[in-house]
Amino acid sequence: MLLIHCPYCEEERPELEFRNAGEAHIARPANIVAESDEDFEKFFFIRANTKGLVYERWRHVHGCARFFNAVRDSVSDKFIMTYKAGEPKPKKLPGAGK
Amino acid sequence: MKKYSVFAIAREAMRAHKGWEEQWSSPEPKKEYDVIIIGAGGHGLGTAYYLAKEHGITNVAVLEKGWLGGGNTGRNTTIIRSNYLYDESAGIYDHALKLWDGLSQDLNYNVMYSARGVMMLAHNIHDIQVFKRHIHANRLNGIDNEWLTPEQAKEFCPPLNISKDARYPVLGAALQRRGGTARHDAVAWGYARGASARGVDIIQNCEVTGIKRGPNGEVAGVETARGFIGAKKVGVVAAGHTSVLMNMAGVRMPLESYPLQALVSEPVKPIVPCVVMSNTVHAYISQSDKGELVIGAGTDQYTSYSQTGGLHILEHTLDAICEMFPMFTRMKMLRSWGGIVDVTPDRSPILAKTPVKGLYVNCGWGTGGFKATPGSANVFAHTIARDEPHPINAPFTLERFRTGRLIDEAAAAAVAH
Amino acid sequence: MSASFRISGKGRLTQARTARFTFDDKAYSGLAGDTLASALLANGVHLVGRSFKYHRPRGILSAGAEEPNALVGIHRDAARKTPNVRATVQELYDGLTAVSQNRWPSLSFDVGAVNDVASPLFSAGFYYKTFMWPKAAWKSLYEPKIRAAAGLGVSPDLPDPDHYAARFAHCEVLVLGGGAAGIAAALAAAETGLRVILCDEQAELGGALRFESGSTIDGRNGWDWAQAAIARLVAMDNVRVLPRTTAFGYYAQNFVGLVERVSDHLQSPDPDLPRERLWQVRAKRVVIATGAIERHMVFADNDRPGVMLASAARAYLNHYGVAVGRNVGVYTANDSAYAAAIDLKKAGVNVAAIVDLRDNPAGSVIDEARALGIEIHGGRAVVRVGGKLRVNSMTVQPKNGGGERTIPVDAVLMSAGWTPSVHLFSQSRGKVAFNDEVKRFLPGTYAQDCISAGACNGTDGLSACLDEAYAAGAKAAKEAGGKAAKPAKPKVEASESWSRGMLGAAPGAGSGTTVKAFVDFQNDVTAKDIRQAVHEGMRSIEHVKRFTTNGMATDQGKTSNMHGLAIAADELGKQIPEVGLTTFRAPYTPVTFGAIVGHARGKLFDPTRRTTTHGWAERNGAVFEDVGQWKRAWYFPKEGEDIHASVNRECVTVRKAAGLFDASTLGKIEVVGPDAAKFMELLYTNPWEKLEVGRCRYGVMLREDGFIYDDGVVGRLAADRFHVTTTTGGAARVMNHMEDYLQTEFPDLNVWLTSISEQWAVIAVQGPNSRKIIEPLVEGIDMSDAAMPHMSVREGKICGVPTRLFRMSFSGERGFEVNVPADYGEAVWEALWAEGQKHGACTYGTETMHVLRAEKGYIIVGQDTDGTVTPNDAGLDWVVGKKKTDFVGIRGLRRPDLLARGRKQLVGLKTKDPNTVLEEGAQIVADPKQPIPMKMIGHVTSSYWSENCGRSIALALVAGGRGRMGETLYVPMPDRTIEVEITGMVFFDEKGEHLNG
Repeated sequence: MLLIHCPYCEEERPELEFRNAGEAHIARPANIVAESDEDFEKFFFIRANTKGLVYERWRHVHGCARFFNAVRDSVSDKFIMTYKAGEPKPKKLPGAGK
Repeated sequence: MKKYSVFAIAREAMRAHKGWEEQWSSPEPKKEYDVIIIGAGGHGLGTAYYLAKEHGITNVAVLEKGWLGGGNTGRNTTIIRSNYLYDESAGIYDHALKLWDGLSQDLNYNVMYSARGVMMLAHNIHDIQVFKRHIHANRLNGIDNEWLTPEQAKEFCPPLNISKDARYPVLGAALQRRGGTARHDAVAWGYARGASARGVDIIQNCEVTGIKRGPNGEVAGVETARGFIGAKKVGVVAAGHTSVLMNMAGVRMPLESYPLQALVSEPVKPIVPCVVMSNTVHAYISQSDKGELVIGAGTDQYTSYSQTGGLHILEHTLDAICEMFPMFTRMKMLRSWGGIVDVTPDRSPILAKTPVKGLYVNCGWGTGGFKATPGSANVFAHTIARDEPHPINAPFTLERFRTGRLIDEAAAAAVAH
Repeated sequence: MSASFRISGKGRLTQARTARFTFDDKAYSGLAGDTLASALLANGVHLVGRSFKYHRPRGILSAGAEEPNALVGIHRDAARKTPNVRATVQELYDGLTAVSQNRWPSLSFDVGAVNDVASPLFSAGFYYKTFMWPKAAWKSLYEPKIRAAAGLGVSPDLPDPDHYAARFAHCEVLVLGGGAAGIAAALAAAETGLRVILCDEQAELGGALRFESGSTIDGRNGWDWAQAAIARLVAMDNVRVLPRTTAFGYYAQNFVGLVERVSDHLQSPDPDLPRERLWQVRAKRVVIATGAIERHMVFADNDRPGVMLASAARAYLNHYGVAVGRNVGVYTANDSAYAAAIDLKKAGVNVAAIVDLRDNPAGSVIDEARALGIEIHGGRAVVRVGGKLRVNSMTVQPKNGGGERTIPVDAVLMSAGWTPSVHLFSQSRGKVAFNDEVKRFLPGTYAQDCISAGACNGTDGLSACLDEAYAAGAKAAKEAGGKAAKPAKPKVEASESWSRGMLGAAPGAGSGTTVKAFVDFQNDVTAKDIRQAVHEGMRSIEHVKRFTTNGMATDQGKTSNMHGLAIAADELGKQIPEVGLTTFRAPYTPVTFGAIVGHARGKLFDPTRRTTTHGWAERNGAVFEDVGQWKRAWYFPKEGEDIHASVNRECVTVRKAAGLFDASTLGKIEVVGPDAAKFMELLYTNPWEKLEVGRCRYGVMLREDGFIYDDGVVGRLAADRFHVTTTTGGAARVMNHMEDYLQTEFPDLNVWLTSISEQWAVIAVQGPNSRKIIEPLVEGIDMSDAAMPHMSVREGKICGVPTRLFRMSFSGERGFEVNVPADYGEAVWEALWAEGQKHGACTYGTETMHVLRAEKGYIIVGQDTDGTVTPNDAGLDWVVGKKKTDFVGIRGLRRPDLLARGRKQLVGLKTKDPNTVLEEGAQIVADPKQPIPMKMIGHVTSSYWSENCGRSIALALVAGGRGRMGETLYVPMPDRTIEVEITGMVFFDEKGEHLNG
């Protein structure tokens, strides 16, 4: 069971309180009607599924109920960091590029 | 290839089993092949076997980053059934089931396909509606699947708890008698032996690090831990790692890879005579020929390549098992493990050509790929050999996610109202 | 013959405290503190089990959790039968009943042993090569035989009366293993005042000090020091010591699963005590001090009862006071077995000889053994042993060949060296590294916040182990935020040390067709099997393991893995690390399902949700159905009524008079804020901006892919407040779906979402008399048609409590849904029922609700739709706001396949014979005469007998259905084909007059 730091509650809580919500930073197109079939496919179905650092969404569903983002290593399952929804993809990760 | 038989065993018994030949050879890779299959699991080895056997294409290499059969083939709970709802799914899974019956003889390798019956339990009215829909559709597709009352279900599987006082009482079951199990390692080994004997090179410990494309975008070969290997055609059959490999060719996939855990109990004398599955209480169980209860359930919720998962997932699984079989609380978990399953948005596989010429992909089997192994391998070999899909796998395209023509087995079991 | 092998003055048990027990119905006596194994040995019993494949007689190999052979069934009573219990771990209690396993008719005469004679045929993987001809015989003959041979013990067959407990715990330092190293680490960490948990699988902590006789710490004998240290730890508030507790699994982020055996050792456990308890511990730092496990020697017939690990014999002597024989031989490749010989000799047991594979063994223990007059045969091997049910001799030969000598013995103690227990380290995803000098895998690269210390870290010698472990405990505590404490490091004054040894097959492993030198005892894997696997092309150790089943038995290869690996490497001509190591998988030792399940059994398997009128419904004879976690009243039969009679009556009554239905399980969400309407526009296909306050609208929600996700009636309570209802099953996921969009896609909208499903009880009152029933109880709401038309909502009071009163209908009759705060649900229901009875009303359940809505062609999402249905498919095109430029699903709906012709569309079906009720899920074809596989063009989604229509009715999804009105189609059933006609979806009151009737 993972231990997840909720950036809103500012504490680590067990995975049971959270629900994973899939890949992060896939914004719904502002003018979605104008999207081509290919673009819609990319938006709705295609996923990075990275082996390594993944940017993903979690919801602290049995806590503050907020959605937030996390960077996790999908090989070790270790969290690198979590950050609030709407914040940009972090350019520099803790522990990287010292 | 020397034939296996009881006589061969008797002969070898006299000489301390020193006369057996290698089941498959372990050659150095050649410079170039007609076809390279990436991934030496059951689906990949089977593809190579059928390429050689049915299409006469023997200049084939199967590349494996670890040891053959070490991925999901060797990690799954070996359930075989074909009672899927949609015609497309029923088509491919029943093609597989027909090949399972006779695979031992075809391979001259006992894969121990055991048609002991797969029983799926219904616990509410919605389950009944869904199962009946399957049963009727299966019947008209020529696939056996029958409805059992709770009493009939218990007769078929005596330790099953059908008490009306259960939290979710059993209201009936769908039984596919031709469903059952097979010995997973033997499937990989049998295909490996058969392919190797027909000239296929199985190259283990040879991780693919890149897929090279030629001047016109077509596949040219693969970069590996053991150097570049040229190929006219490349088939990716890498289950959980498909996204990673396809990315090397610039193709992004509608896949996510999740940890799926399973466990076995200590071996006991026969008690569970069939496969029992329940989607509502959420677990499945069978008993291996060694006597271990083989148990599985759902995936963890997050994507991962770690081949491990959380203890709470096993907890839920065992909760469900002990709900169906209350006497098993005194049984002991002997071993648990995880695999990486690649899941598509509609929970149906992709067996298809790709936008890259000469590149083919067989993936997205989610939690249920083992049962399809011979069928999947058979039609995938056809797809590669002819550069066009077999009618059976023609619906399982990549394009369906663009057009919306999904084969949504998961949706068909829609959540209750 | 009772206790004849108990040596007075030896061991730590109290002679006066006896415990009687039976083994295979024979009565014996042991002592309190015995394990079943030590008690059997005290009675001279070595033969305790049979092996899996060959049914070879087997004895007791070890004195601990690594035991592969001595597995028994423990039968407390008919419902408390536990198979495959290691006799070396099971503590004795008065009245214990044990039975041997995998033998018939008896342990000493087992028919299955014929397999042993025929064993040359049953080589590794033989079953892959045969049983294929004739094909039909596999299912009829071979497979049943193979399956019948499965298993060791017998599964329990009655529900388990015991219960199991679970706890979560947090600590700064978790110490796994309570041997000398673990105790030292715990002492160091505990002194900082941090929370420390120390667990150990044994009843008494102390680890190897249990059998070592030569250690002195802080002036005391090692065992006594350990007990005193434990007493000190137990007395500290910040320390929890858990004996009989095995750390079985090391999961992500220092999450460790422990299982505590609470009552299996008690004679008559308090029924309030759980049998076992699962601890799930999250620790800041973990100290792994799991020790090492002795390996056996691999030589011919090394499985005979009486052949055992040297350290085990020593434990039986020094702790339990039991001699494992009267005339023992020793076969070793390292020093540690000498200590066993010396202890036994000193206790008066004859040591016939020590056979040492090393050429010129030298050192203090060798000198001591020699001084005691024990014969030492260096450079020699035991090439086989005599005896069948018990060893009676060992045959010794120079290791490079030469003359044999047979020495009579009644036990053989062996040691090939010690394997560090890196299981938990490896489970933590740490990488082990092979140390070529000492020929063992040791912790290499760490993946989590843990430290290995002591023998599991490859550290030899008590003194070095204690130093390392104490430092590890202090370091772990410091890293976990502890303050440095004054060091109180234990001082080792005398210690034993054992290192080195050998891996793989000894010279006596032989190569003949019938020689069996066991590597894995329980699974009957011999050295020859492993060589054969390699010979057949199995070059990965994982293949060797799977082909031979080496290391896959209940002991998980604790004694066999390293030998198997070495033999495979030898056969391949490779170094051990090149061949690799098999993965260590949880659990470390087998874990009872019940411990993992805990309280989640029976009623507590899953929460049960009940509505506020559940008790009333129960008292009034309702039959319930499970809908998700809810129990919903299904129908309310009167005396003598079956479901059909009851539903027919309820259906007619509602349309003739009225009916009360508890609709509380519907999901309810309040959408509030200045942008509430804007948000609704985005989440639902319908337009909302122009919906007047006080009016309701049926809303449909799609997923982004365009398929129907949920539906429900939405009332606008104020310009900025919507009361949204969802399906029962959809409540939680719709809330999540809405929150997802609000928080992440449309965060600029000023909207708040609140789940109010549990806050409001909902009583549907439907039927022509519904208004008459409600009106007398309501204050402040004008319920006239003019003031409150169909699809409107009003706030006011009912029975003096607040209500949100909806005028809406899922039956097609004039109808209302009375929402009241859940606390008043039952009271208001009773008041309405009292009124209802005056007007001929009935209560009805979900079945009648389904029939009534089907009569009107109202769909149920999840039954008439299945996640592949668009609004157009469902005949609901009108819910999609044509002028809207955006809503979730708008783009998905425009994908080619969703616009294609011939999609399945929801239609009505009438059977040609009005009395035939179709089966839900039945498939529809155009041509019933076609051969199988048939072309199916649709299926029945809902089907009922409609008493109101006087015929059966059904809804179906049919390809191009709306273009087939009046067409005859066919429903092929196993016994007949049913003719049906495609119709519209409304079967009753097509004009909708009843809504105001």
